[in-house]
Amino acid sequence: MITSIRRMTASDLMLAFVLCIIAFFSISPILHVLAVSLSERVPVTSGKVLFLPVGLTFYNYMVIWDDPKFYRALWVSVERVILGGVVNFLLTVLMAFPLSRDPKIYRPRNAVMWFLIFVMIFNAGIVPWYLTIMKYGLLDSIWALVLPGAVPIFSIILLVNFFRSLPKDLDEACHMDGAGPWYMLFKIYIPLSLPSLATVTLFSIVGHWNSFFDGLVLMNTASNWPLQAYIQSLTVNLNGVMMDEDQAKLMSQLSITTLNSAKMIVAMIPIVIIYPFLQKYLIGGILLGAVKE
Amino acid sequence: MRNRIFTLHYSLMLIPGIVLLVMFNVVPMFGIAMAFKDYLPAMGFWNSEWVGLDNFQFMFILPDSKQILFNTIYISVMKIIVHLVVPLIFAIMLYEMRIRFLKKTIQTIVYLPYFLSWVLFGGAILRVLATEGLVNQMLGWVGIDPVPFLSSNQLFPFVLVFTDIWKDFGFGSIIYFAALAGINSSLFEAAEIDGASRIQIIRYITFPSLVPTIMLLAALSLQNVLNAGFDQVYNLYNPGVYESGDIIDTYVYRAGLQQAQYSLATAIGLMKSVVSLVLIAISAWMVGRFANYRIF
Repeated sequence: MITSIRRMTASDLMLAFVLCIIAFFSISPILHVLAVSLSERVPVTSGKVLFLPVGLTFYNYMVIWDDPKFYRALWVSVERVILGGVVNFLLTVLMAFPLSRDPKIYRPRNAVMWFLIFVMIFNAGIVPWYLTIMKYGLLDSIWALVLPGAVPIFSIILLVNFFRSLPKDLDEACHMDGAGPWYMLFKIYIPLSLPSLATVTLFSIVGHWNSFFDGLVLMNTASNWPLQAYIQSLTVNLNGVMMDEDQAKLMSQLSITTLNSAKMIVAMIPIVIIYPFLQKYLIGGILLGAVKE
Repeated sequence: MRNRIFTLHYSLMLIPGIVLLVMFNVVPMFGIAMAFKDYLPAMGFWNSEWVGLDNFQFMFILPDSKQILFNTIYISVMKIIVHLVVPLIFAIMLYEMRIRFLKKTIQTIVYLPYFLSWVLFGGAILRVLATEGLVNQMLGWVGIDPVPFLSSNQLFPFVLVFTDIWKDFGFGSIIYFAALAGINSSLFEAAEIDGASRIQIIRYITFPSLVPTIMLLAALSLQNVLNAGFDQVYNLYNPGVYESGDIIDTYVYRAGLQQAQYSLATAIGLMKSVVSLVLIAISAWMVGRFANYRIF
């Protein structure tokens, strides 16, 4: 921020204009989908819809309102966000607290920390991952979407760093008053770190809402797909896939652009709703993590 | 005595997490043995025949391997460079713009795509870049023939890089804003009193203040050399552009989970994991050594 007040020059206005264009450009694909979702089918297929709906209609939203498949997928997503969010939260605080102790007080601390780091940066690859989950009999169960990622190591490290930044006198005061570890965690540490906890919780909510791949791979029956996997199956890239004319016609009938657009917009709504919180906590939290110590 | 009870409770807190990590992260590591076996589901994991390094040998003679390795590195290196440069330019531009409410509004808008999944943003991109999509329509107005962005092997890698930065440049600029906010404002005042032009201020004060951040990000991005972005490629590619867009992760997925070549896919995945581990170690070392930054 330049502190002295100067007059607006032509170059200032120019810069502002260019930046507005960039901002518009960055969300233009989404605006296009939004416009399509609010348009009638004919202007869409004839390519008349750009960023404003042509023949404004909420018909598409009415139709998906009655689509049981869409509902089912939406419900699976909501279910996994709630279950996954709760499990992630509990495991994050439960692991971060002991790991924020001094190694002199809690000896295994460093060993466990290295274990977490190792597990975070080395993975066995997708095939052993898949076969293991299959062996546990979790395929097609909502827990397959929750348990494999139940321990968010990155969030734990973030929270460990935050817990360690709290004053040491706190621990001593707790010791004096005879508070045990569980009391310290739930009555002292958690209330003191609500902004950090909001950050890691938003991380896991957005992560669970957005992930499509595990749903696609670990759910054998399409009715168990979460929303993102369901939409992925609708919007596959058909450009360049060899098809004869009949097949192409069939595909274009099956993938109804306006309806799919409405589904995509509905899938974006939760992100838009929590967006103010994302801006406040997540972006703030990332800066917190980036410039620590 | 009390310490011992405390230690016990601390361990109790850790146990559920450690059990889950062992179940879902450590147990699969034993599955890596498949890379050295000829794993057949009918025979089971234990009874499948050991074949030593055959899978790795096969991997090296496979004609696809070279192409896939090339695609992966080509795409990821382009992405790394673009991710360092574009958010930097954007951050400086926005920092220079002095209309405050507009600054906040623009930030709010450009961060949004980062939080959308590649299914949704990629789905929108597919619409926009399709042969009869928005961009080609606009090109049509000025008399340019439709460009096959999504089905041309010449263009597809660049489409990947471009759409990737399209989604993430706003979010990537946050870290630069943090660094810009830390610049001592008396530097700017002094420069203005000395009559420096705006370009000179950017050249001699703003940019040099960002160099440490750029170096830090460059060192951290080293670990992504083998990650060309599975989610993005998976949502944008099609069999027509496998030649230029297929990366290690997508190949392993198709070979392993779709074509049931378990052993080969595990071997390739293992190679990638090992190389990535080395890259992460180098990157962490560099970051610690040159930027004095510790991950934990």
